[in-house]
Amino acid sequence: MGSVFSIEKVYRRSEDVVARDIQGEFILIPITSGIAEAQDEIFSLNETGRLIWERIDGKKSLKQISDGLKQDYSENSQDIEADVCGLTEELLKRKMVEEITNN
Amino acid sequence: MDNTPYVSVEKTAATSLWKNRQPSLLGQLDMELTERCNNNCQHCYINLPEDDLRAKAKELSLSRIKQILQEAVSLGCLRVRFTGGEPFLRPDFPEIYLAARRMGLRVLIFTNATLVTPELAQLFSRVPPLEKIEVTVYGMCRDSYEQVTRNPGSFSAAQNGIDLLLRHKISFMVKGALLPPNKPEMEEFKVWAKNLVGMEDNPPYAMFLDLSCRRDEKRNRLIRALRIDPKEGLDFLTSNKSAYIKSMKQFCAKFMAASGENIFCCGSGMGGASVDAYGVLQPCLLLRHPDVVYDLEKGSLRDAMENFFPAMRRGKSDNAEYLARCARCFLKGLCEQCPAKSWMEHGTLDTPVEYHCNIAHLQARFMGLIGENELAWEVVDGKSRVEKFVNQAEQPAPA
Repeated sequence: MGSVFSIEKVYRRSEDVVARDIQGEFILIPITSGIAEAQDEIFSLNETGRLIWERIDGKKSLKQISDGLKQDYSENSQDIEADVCGLTEELLKRKMVEEITNN
Repeated sequence: MDNTPYVSVEKTAATSLWKNRQPSLLGQLDMELTERCNNNCQHCYINLPEDDLRAKAKELSLSRIKQILQEAVSLGCLRVRFTGGEPFLRPDFPEIYLAARRMGLRVLIFTNATLVTPELAQLFSRVPPLEKIEVTVYGMCRDSYEQVTRNPGSFSAAQNGIDLLLRHKISFMVKGALLPPNKPEMEEFKVWAKNLVGMEDNPPYAMFLDLSCRRDEKRNRLIRALRIDPKEGLDFLTSNKSAYIKSMKQFCAKFMAASGENIFCCGSGMGGASVDAYGVLQPCLLLRHPDVVYDLEKGSLRDAMENFFPAMRRGKSDNAEYLARCARCFLKGLCEQCPAKSWMEHGTLDTPVEYHCNIAHLQARFMGLIGENELAWEVVDGKSRVEKFVNQAEQPAPA
């Protein structure tokens, strides 16, 4: 059974994905199998997605990331938390991020 | 998965990433990892013997290949094609491959599959190339296959390699080369390809053979002898007349037009380039004329893509024969005439290649674009003839 998603948890970018910026378009390229559903898929993140992706560093919790973004962008705090969680959940589903578990 | 607000998923072919190709952007890089091959195919435009130690000693090192790939990535390269010779001949192929994939490159591989090992298949399974591996198949039985490859045992080695790809569910396609030993097997090849790997379209195959890209005259004598006669080639192309006409209508609408005095009308050196086995950058895989290649040991990929190749592309022909024929011919695009073909046939960039001219004229006559005795470069209303052809209604099948 999968671990429960939580804004208090820490996640890190998977080593099985490489991020590329190509002429301003931010794309994620899977390295290992099991990430893309089809070989000819390209994944690109929008601006919000990119912003959040770059802060998922395996050290800060999603809550800390959200708080940092709120400070930097003075946006509606609920929207920011929703975006951070929404993106992370989606990246988790695609195995592009992993939960850091404390042993 | 459906697209969501943060992550969008596109197919590579549909992505808009390369639509505004700028000179500095390199969408795809070809790399010949070696000119050597374990086969010795009659018709090959490049192969050197596997044990050619002088060639081997000059091949790019793993670290140099990585540097070139890294620079390609910095220019926005998304895809690298590894070819040869036979790329799997390089014992460091797994390292080269992993380096490319870890840089975020999609990898296309051209191979004869004879050197696919369980380890290589496991690697491709764990780290998929993200492009279909393209396997060239030279015949449907040992006799025909090995008449082409001139390498005893290569047929069963290729079968083993293909079997490994299938068992590990590695995505690949097959293609062929039409040659006297395998000509009678073309239908069998198409059916086999469909059943084997679920290829929906007929497998592509080389038919109008290229000469040696290094202008090896001994090799060229052999290739010329193997070349299919243009009329026979037309019969193959048009064996399904309605399918041929349908595909040609789409093609002609997009690609056919006289090019004028411009030597380069293709995408050569624009958005893509090819590194030979020794570090020389070419505008395309086939073109090795000394005036249009760039030594990466003395410069950079960026300089080549931003300056050298754009300057090359501005070149105009001053060859009277080219100006009288190819420059005015509305079959340009349909005809395979290009600087690379001119280089391989004549050692120049802009000499008409009679073989391709004949083939293009035969096709044009078949499509009704020109009359029996017309020469396409003398036609003045080529554009309207193409439009008429493209817009003509499909002929009903005979009762």
